[in-house]
Amino acid sequence: MKFSIYRYNPETGEKPYMQEYVLRDIDPGMMLLEALMRLKQDDETLSFRRSCREGVCGSDAMNVNGRNMLACITPLASLREPVVIRPLPGRPVIRDLVVDMSDFYRQYRAVKPYLIVNDPEPEVERLQTPEERERLDGLYECILCACCSTACPSFWWNPDRFLGPAALLQAWRFLADSRDQATDERLQALEGPYRMFRCHTIMNCVDVCPKGLNPTRAIGRIKHLMLKRSF
Amino acid sequence: MNIRRRKFDALIIGAGGGGLRAALQLARADAQVAVVSKVFPTRSHTVAAQGGVNAALANVTPDNWHWHMYDTVKGSDWLGDQDAIEYMCRAAPRAVYELEHFGVPFSRLADGHIYQRAFGGQSRNFGGEQATRTCAAADRTGHAILHSLYQQNIRARTHFFDEYFAIDLVCDGEGAVLGAVAMEIETGEPILIEAKTTLLATGGAGQLFRTTTNALINTGDGMAMALRAGIPLQDMEFFQFHPTGIAGKGMLITEGVRGEGGYLINADGERFMERYAPNAKDLASRDVVSRAIAIEVREGRGCGPARDHVLLKLDHLGPDVILKRLPGIRDLAMTFLHIDPIEQPIPVYPTAHYTMGGIPTNRFGQVVVPEMQSPEEAVEGLYAAGECACVSVHGANRLGGNSLLDILVFGRAAANHIIAYLKDHRYHRPLNEESVDRALARLARWDEPGDGERVEDIRAELKKVMETHCGVFREQTVLAEGVEKVKALAERMQDVRLRDTSKTFNTARVEAMELENLIDIALATVQSALARTESRGAHSRIDYPERDDQNWMKHSLYFRDGTLDYKPVRIKPLTVESFPPKVRVY
Repeated sequence: MKFSIYRYNPETGEKPYMQEYVLRDIDPGMMLLEALMRLKQDDETLSFRRSCREGVCGSDAMNVNGRNMLACITPLASLREPVVIRPLPGRPVIRDLVVDMSDFYRQYRAVKPYLIVNDPEPEVERLQTPEERERLDGLYECILCACCSTACPSFWWNPDRFLGPAALLQAWRFLADSRDQATDERLQALEGPYRMFRCHTIMNCVDVCPKGLNPTRAIGRIKHLMLKRSF
Repeated sequence: MNIRRRKFDALIIGAGGGGLRAALQLARADAQVAVVSKVFPTRSHTVAAQGGVNAALANVTPDNWHWHMYDTVKGSDWLGDQDAIEYMCRAAPRAVYELEHFGVPFSRLADGHIYQRAFGGQSRNFGGEQATRTCAAADRTGHAILHSLYQQNIRARTHFFDEYFAIDLVCDGEGAVLGAVAMEIETGEPILIEAKTTLLATGGAGQLFRTTTNALINTGDGMAMALRAGIPLQDMEFFQFHPTGIAGKGMLITEGVRGEGGYLINADGERFMERYAPNAKDLASRDVVSRAIAIEVREGRGCGPARDHVLLKLDHLGPDVILKRLPGIRDLAMTFLHIDPIEQPIPVYPTAHYTMGGIPTNRFGQVVVPEMQSPEEAVEGLYAAGECACVSVHGANRLGGNSLLDILVFGRAAANHIIAYLKDHRYHRPLNEESVDRALARLARWDEPGDGERVEDIRAELKKVMETHCGVFREQTVLAEGVEKVKALAERMQDVRLRDTSKTFNTARVEAMELENLIDIALATVQSALARTESRGAHSRIDYPERDDQNWMKHSLYFRDGTLDYKPVRIKPLTVESFPPKVRVY
C-alpha cells in the first residue's frame, strides 16, 4: 500500500516535504496506526503521537486524504491510495505529524470546563434523574483529539479568539448539567463577536468527530438558552 | 551540569487518575505541585477503564465496606495486606462521592442515585449472594473520572509539565529522594525538578506482553526508576490476564458485560463457567475465568476456525441495555471486528491487563524498603500510588473495579501524607549532583549514533518471550528459559543504537528509554515467578498447582541486582478481625 506522508524536522533546515512510503503484507482489518508504526520500524525518524490504539485517548488525530481522523480506528481498507497523511491543519507543526496543541488546550481551559457548585457539599452524592443525566450523553465523551476544531475554518482564522467546537461542546456539557450552578457566568463568558459567535455552522466539526459527537448542535443549544434567558 | 531547574513542594510523575487525584488534593492544600506526564493528562491510560469503581454505596443491593473487604482479601488469594484493604474499602464510598462532587457524570438509577452494576468476585455477607458494587458512567467510567479530575486540576491551577518524560529520580547523600530529571519531549532538553516530595504514579507495564489491553505508553517507567534508585519491586510475578480481551487483538471488553448479564460460551455452545465456578459462574474472579478460558481452548473446545478463543454472548441483553450501559464496547466491537454485539457474540481470549506488583508502599503511599531489622522502612521523600505501586490491596489477583478505587484512595492518602510532611519539612535539601549526572548520562547514552541493534527488534522479542514464558500457566523449565532469554535481551540492549539522534519530538528516543524500563521489569517479573513455587491468584504453576500458605504467604521483593527477598503479608486489619486463609472457591 502506498503512503505519502508530510515530513518536517526543524533541526535539518529543510522545508517540509511529502515522503513516499510503501508497506507490504497488509493484514485484513489493519488500522492506519499500525501501518504508521510499521513504517516507523524501518524509519525511526517518522514522528507522531499515539497511545491507547482504540480511539479513547485522542492522541493520534491527523489529516488523512484531506479529512481529520484518528489513525487507530481508521481501517486501511477504507482509504484511497496513495494515502496522503498530513498533520492536523491550521496548527503550527512541531515535527512531522506532531502539531502544537497549545491554542486548542487554552480555549478548552477558557470555558471553565469543570462543575461549579456553590451550595454546600452534601456528604453523599447529589441526586440527578436518569433524564437529567441523559442530557450529558453526546457531550462528556469528548476525547480532546482536536479533529473538530482543526477542521473548522473559523478556528483556522481565529484560534486565539474563537473558542472552537471542542471547547464549545464542553461549555454546553456544563451548562447542560443539572448540578452546575454557574449558568449566568458561563453564558456571559460566551458573549461577544468571537468566542462563540464566530461559528458559522459550517459543520465540519460534526462531519469529522471520530466519536460521533455534534458540537454544532451544542452551540445551537447554547444560543437557544441565551435567547431564552434574555427575556 | 548547567540545566534548567525548577523547584516545587511536590513533584508528581504521571497524570493518570492516581497522579491527578493526588495533585488535586495538594493544590487545594496550597502546596506548590508539579505534574510531569509524558502525554497530555487526559491521554493517560486511566481513560481506557470501562466498567467502574467499587464502593459499598448499597444503592442497588444491601452492602457494606466489610463485605467489600472480605471479597478483596479473598480475591487477592490472601496475599493482600489486610490493613490497606480495610482502609481502602472503608474509604471507597467517600472517594466515589467526591468524584460525583468533582462532576463525574455517573450513570443514574431511577431514584437519582449513582448507578451500580455487578462485577466479578463481589458478594454479600462474606461469600453469599452476588453484590452490586461497581459505580459506573456507562462503560466509560475511566474516561469520565480522568477528565473530571483533570478539569478540577485546571480549576485548582495545578502546574503541568505536559509531554515531559521522566528519566530518573535524584536524591541526596542519605538516600532521600529530592525530585527527578525529566526530558521535555518537544525540545529534547533535560530539566531538573527539585521537590521536597516525589510521588510516582506512572501506571503499569502491560507493554511487557504482545497481546495486552494496555496502551502503548504503559511501560512501567516509575517502577524501573525505583529499581534504579535501589528500591525493590514487590510481587511482580502477579500479572493479571483479563479474561475478555478481543481475541487476537487485545482491546478490553469490560467485565461489566458479564455484570450486566452476558456470559461466555465454548464451541459446543456450553456455558462452561458453570463447571469452573458453580456459584459465581461468569462473575468469578478474573484469574479463575482466564484459566477456565485457557483450559477450554487447550482442550479443543475453542471457537473459530483455529479454535483459539471463546465467545462472549450478550445479544440476549437486548438493544436497550447495550446502548445505554455498554455503548463503548459496542463501538469497539463494531470498529475492530465489524460485529454488532446486539446481534452477535464477541470473540475473546485472556489478555495481559494489570500489574498487581509494583513499588512497595504502606497505606500512606510512602515507599517502604527493608532496612536492618525492619521489613518496611520509609524512603524519605518518596511516594507511589496506583498501578505502579504495591500497597498491597490486590495481592495475587485484583478484583475488577478495585483499580480505579485504588488510584483514588491511595492518590489522596499519599497527598495527605505529603501535606503533613511538608509542614515539618519547610526547606529544600541540598542535592547530590552525582545523582543528577547519572540521570543525564542515561539520556546522553541515546545520543551515541551508530548502527547497532534496533529498539524494535528487542522490543518485539521481549514481548514474545514474556507471552511464551510468563503467561497464564507457568512451569519451572519454561520460566527458567524465560529468565535466560530476557537476560540475553538485556545484554543486547547495550548494543542498541538510535538511527535518529535528533532532539525535536524524537519519539524514537522516548521508546528506547521505555524499552530499557520494560527490560528491567521483565527481569523482575520472570525471576519472581520462577522463584515462587506455588499457585496463588494470577500466578499458576502447573508444577506446583496448590497454594502453599506454609511457605509462600509472603511478598516477594526483587532487587535490580537480581536478588530476591521476602516480607510477611500484613494479615492484621486496622480495626476488625483478620480474615484467615481458606480454600478459595467461587
